[in-house]
This record gives sequence, C-alpha cells and structure tokens, in this order.
Amino acid sequence: MSASLTLVILMAVMYAAGVYIMLERSLTRVLIGFLLVGNATNLLIFIMSGRPGSSPIVTGTSLDETIVDPIPQVLMLTAIVINFGITALLLALIYRSWWLARLGDEGDTVTDEHESETEESAEETFRSTSDDEDALQASLDESESHDSDTLASLDSPAPRTHREGDGR
Amino acid sequence: MNILVPLIVMIPLLGAAIALVLGRRRRLQVLVSLVSLAAVVAISAVLLGMVDATGPAVVQIGGWQPPWGIVLVVDRLSAMMVLISALMLLGVLLFAVGQGIADGDSDAPVSIFHPTYLVLGAGLFNAFIAGDLFNMYVGFEMLLSASYVLLTLGGTGARIRVGITYIVVSLVSSIMFLAAIALIYGATGTVTLALLAERIPALPGDVQLILGLLLLLAFSIKAAVFPLSFWLPDSYPTAPAPVTAVFAGLLTKVGVYAILRTQTLLFPDSPLQIPLLIVAGLTLVIGILGALAQADIKRMLSFTLVSHIGYLILGIAIGTPLAIAATIYYVVHHITVQTTLFLTAGLIERTGGTTSLSRLGGLLKSAPLVAGIFFLGALNLGGIPPFSGFLGKLALFEAGVASGGVLIYILIAAGALTSLLTLYALARAWNMAFWRPTKQLIDYSSAMSASLQEDPQDEGEVLTKKLSPLMIGATSAMLLLSLSLTVFAGPIFDYTARAAADIENPSTYIDAVFPNGTP
Repeated sequence: MSASLTLVILMAVMYAAGVYIMLERSLTRVLIGFLLVGNATNLLIFIMSGRPGSSPIVTGTSLDETIVDPIPQVLMLTAIVINFGITALLLALIYRSWWLARLGDEGDTVTDEHESETEESAEETFRSTSDDEDALQASLDESESHDSDTLASLDSPAPRTHREGDGR
Repeated sequence: MNILVPLIVMIPLLGAAIALVLGRRRRLQVLVSLVSLAAVVAISAVLLGMVDATGPAVVQIGGWQPPWGIVLVVDRLSAMMVLISALMLLGVLLFAVGQGIADGDSDAPVSIFHPTYLVLGAGLFNAFIAGDLFNMYVGFEMLLSASYVLLTLGGTGARIRVGITYIVVSLVSSIMFLAAIALIYGATGTVTLALLAERIPALPGDVQLILGLLLLLAFSIKAAVFPLSFWLPDSYPTAPAPVTAVFAGLLTKVGVYAILRTQTLLFPDSPLQIPLLIVAGLTLVIGILGALAQADIKRMLSFTLVSHIGYLILGIAIGTPLAIAATIYYVVHHITVQTTLFLTAGLIERTGGTTSLSRLGGLLKSAPLVAGIFFLGALNLGGIPPFSGFLGKLALFEAGVASGGVLIYILIAAGALTSLLTLYALARAWNMAFWRPTKQLIDYSSAMSASLQEDPQDEGEVLTKKLSPLMIGATSAMLLLSLSLTVFAGPIFDYTARAAADIENPSTYIDAVFPNGTP
C-alpha cells in the first residue's frame, strides 16, 4: 500500500492542532478541535485506500485493475454524515450553554414574547430592534450579579424563546 | 427465520419515526414505543432459542456477500445481550410512562423522549448484532447521539454542563474507535469481524498490539474502566431517573460487550492479560472506595457501577471458557440489578424528596414497597447468597482459581473486598434512608456518615412527588427478573457456557459468515 506523503503530513497537522484546540476551556474551540480531529480521522481512512486510481466502476475490462478501493470512501461518507449531525447538536448545546451562563436562572424563565402578540405588535417588534437589544443588555447587566455557576435548577422547564422583547 | 435478524434494528427505528410524527398525540406515541420494544423482546427471545438450537443466524444486507456487504450476525452472546437489553428498555419505558402520567407532563413542549429512546435501543441492538467493525461503530454512534439528547433533556443548566463533558469524552472515544477501524482496514483490507479473526493473527505482533490497544482504549472509555471512568459518576446521576437507569444498565455494558467481542475474536493471543488484570483490580477497588464517600444515592450507585465493571474486565482478562461464561452471566446479572437499583433511586427521590442520605429517613414506614425493592436489589448487588450477584462472583472466582497465578489471586481478594464494601455502602444507605426514624434526621451523627460527601450539585431541596402504581410495578418486575436469574441460574449458566464455548472456538462464527470458506 502506498500513500501520499502530503496527505499524511496534513493529517498529522490536523490531529495535532485539533487535539491542542480541544483542550481549551471555551466550548466553541472544543467544537473546532473536534471538527479538525474528526476530519483528520476521515483523512486517515482516505489514506488507507492506498494509491489513487480511476473511479470504482466495475466494467469487466482491463480498466478494473486501476480502480481505487471504494470501501474507505464509503466509510468516510458515513463518518462525515455522523460528524455533521453531532456538530449540529453540539452547536445547539453550546448556544444553550452560553445562554444559560449569561442569564443564569432567568435563562429558563424568560417569557415568551410571542404569547400576547398581535399583528401590529409584531410589526412594532421589527421596527424596534434597538429597543430589543436594550432590553437584552439590561437583562445581561442584571444577571451579572448572579454567579454564573449557579445555573438553573433541575426541574425547571425548557424556555420557549431566547429573546427578550416587548413582553417586559 | 433469518428475516427476524434485521427486524430487531428496523422495528425500533420505524417506531422512532412514527413516534416522532405522533409527537402531539401522547398516548399513541407511548403505544408505538411499547409495541416496538415488546416486539423486539419477542423476536429476540425467538432468536435466542433458534440460535441456541441451530447455530449463528447471519443476514447479508441487500444480498451483498461479505466482506463487501454488511453482515448482521446473531450468535449466542449477541442473542443474550439483545434479549436482556430489550427487556430492560421495555421495563424502563414502562417506568418512564408511569412517571409521565404521575407528573401530568402531557403539556411539555416537544415530545422527543420516545423517538430518542427508540433510536437508543436501535443503536444498542445494532452494536450487538453487527458483523463488522464499522457497523458496530454506526451502532455506537446511534446510541451515543440518542444518549446526548436524553442526557440533556429539558436543557437545564446542570444537564447542559454535565452533558457537554459527557459528549466530549464520548466523541474522543468515537474518534479513537474510527481511527482504529481505519488502521485495521489499512493493515488487513477488511472490516468484517469474521475475516479479521483470520487476518489479524497473521499480522506482526507489534502491529496487532497497537490495533488491539487502540480498540481497547476506545471501548474502555465507553465501559468506564478505570482510569477512564472519571466522567461517569458526574454525568449519569444528573439525567432523569429512567434515563440514568438505562444508561447505567446498558451503555457501559455495550462497551464491555465490544471489549469481549474484539479481544476474544480478533486478538485471542493478546499480551494484554496482565495490564487488563491490573486495570480490573484498580477499577474494582477505586470505584468502590468512591462509592463509600458518596452521600447521594445516585452518585453512590454510579460508583458501584464503575467498580463492578472491574469484575467483567477480570473475567475477560482471565479468558478461559469458564471465565467468559461467568462474565456473560455477570453482565446479565449486572444489567438487571443496576437498572433496578437506579429505578429504585428514582422512586426514593420522588417519595423522599431527595436522594441525599443525610436528608432521608423513615422511608421504611412511608414507602414499605420501595424499601423492599431496594433491600432485595442491594443484597443482590452486594453478592449475598443465594442471589445472582453471589453466583456470578462465585463463578468468576472459581474460574480465576482454576486459572491460577499470583496476580489472579490478588484480583480475587480485591473482588471479595469490593463485594463486601458494596454491601457496606448499600447497607448504610438502607440504614440511613429506610431504617432510621424520621425524628433522628436532626443532629444525626454516626460513624457511618462521617465520611459522606454531598453531591456538589445538590441544592438541598426537598420536593416530594407521588408515585404511580405503574412505576412501582415496572421496578418490581425488573426486580423479579433479577431474582429469576437466581432461580434459573442453572439453565442460564449452561447457555452462557455454550456461548463461551463458541467464543473460545471462533470457527463457528467464521463458518456462519463464510459458509464457503473465507476469501
């Protein structure tokens, strides 16, 4: 089995950088590290397919001898799809974690701004995005007195929205 | 009859899809989940009988021959694991349904519990019956993705925080597993287990060692083998009671199954016996010492879970047919008893308002049924004769003595010590939570409680909720199942002995996958 040295070096660099970034405290960096390490592993699978060749279509002629090994590509595709799904889930969790860290217990009890919404008030919302941001800022300032580590209690319900708006 | 094999993965997956569509119709959703899991229980029972009578059942997905296509293989070991997991999933689902009814949670925002739970089941079954490493990886990923969602249900702060630790640890393990698969493919040109069983022993010894270690490392994180078990006691207890019970019972055992399968089939002459024995001993002792210091019942049970994984690793490390048979029996025992105890902890939490021993008391009077279930479960886990915990440990120790060696004798001593300390931790929980009258709760001091540490996330609240008959019924049914492991220990042990004989002689497995000889 022969492999491209460039790919091997690329894989090694991605592994090294990925592991290094994964060790950071920031969750977004952990995610980036996971993406690098995950793709380095995909490259590793790809390297295992050996020499490059023509597309793996069996024709029954002498061309068949030069086709590339298709199985690593199949494995890679599956791994890419799995990584994609996990990345999406992680992003959602990181966002939620950021939200809870900023708002503390309030993160779980922020009211649903759409609950008492009429058509006019909805239009008003679009017009007054700056008001919206002011409200969010106010709530962030308020929450700074909270210790961000005392997060929500176990049984509090999931929030229905993440925006602070004209509900207040 | 081989048509039944893919059904044990397909039915839960289809059930998950239907349950997702029925998200707004709670009762139908519950019905779909129950029917799917009950169907899997029935099918796996039939498969177990069939496989035991006629040998492994093999299905080539899409008619593609191995090693190109995907094969599903149900041998005696897989059939046993699928049956016991399906029974556990069904029991815990009943508990969860009972809890949902008691809480009146029909107005919760999104009903993702049932679909996710079924996907978890499908992933679990897929990992058990996978005939190639990559399909096993896919099964792992299915059950892990589902477990990420179940662990962070509701998205509260505590769950998100532990959930992220759990997810990052699991991702590292998955990436190691995938890298190991890539290297194994590079070294042998296949990922089909039956073919690997012939090609890996032909590789140079050092290559074998690296491949074996990488797989072992990936699976050990999943199985929570010391020192890779640090994540478990922090993450499991935070989830809702039924989810914790399923995780504790099944998720670590799928790691143990994978270790058992790969170490016996792919690396039969691995030089890893001594390291495995040492790791098993450390897992046993350090895990149980952790349990002794916990005031929170769920955390205490999580540490006993880690500790008892050591018995399974011990059995795998000894590696004689008797040891493997004892390990399989012990896996079955441990899955049932650990799930039952975690469900009981859920019952205690509801009726006593907390799971902290320092704030529980008088439960024997207020909830005698829960007390009875916990008592029997605790004796079983602690290894008191005649329960299955005793029988499993006895068989393991017998296998160890038969195999001999100083290290193994030390391990047996560590195992006996662990068993005693488990009994101590559980008896203390019983004494404090059930036996102690409520009036002693204030200013209680005892030598037993001196070393107890509270759960760092415990906020000291006492919040009781009522129990529903379905929850108690489901827990009692699980307890009865674990007791029946004692009653039917003879036939079950005969079965696991036959399963171990299959494992010892992999040609049965290889011939079933390649009836015309390996390519």
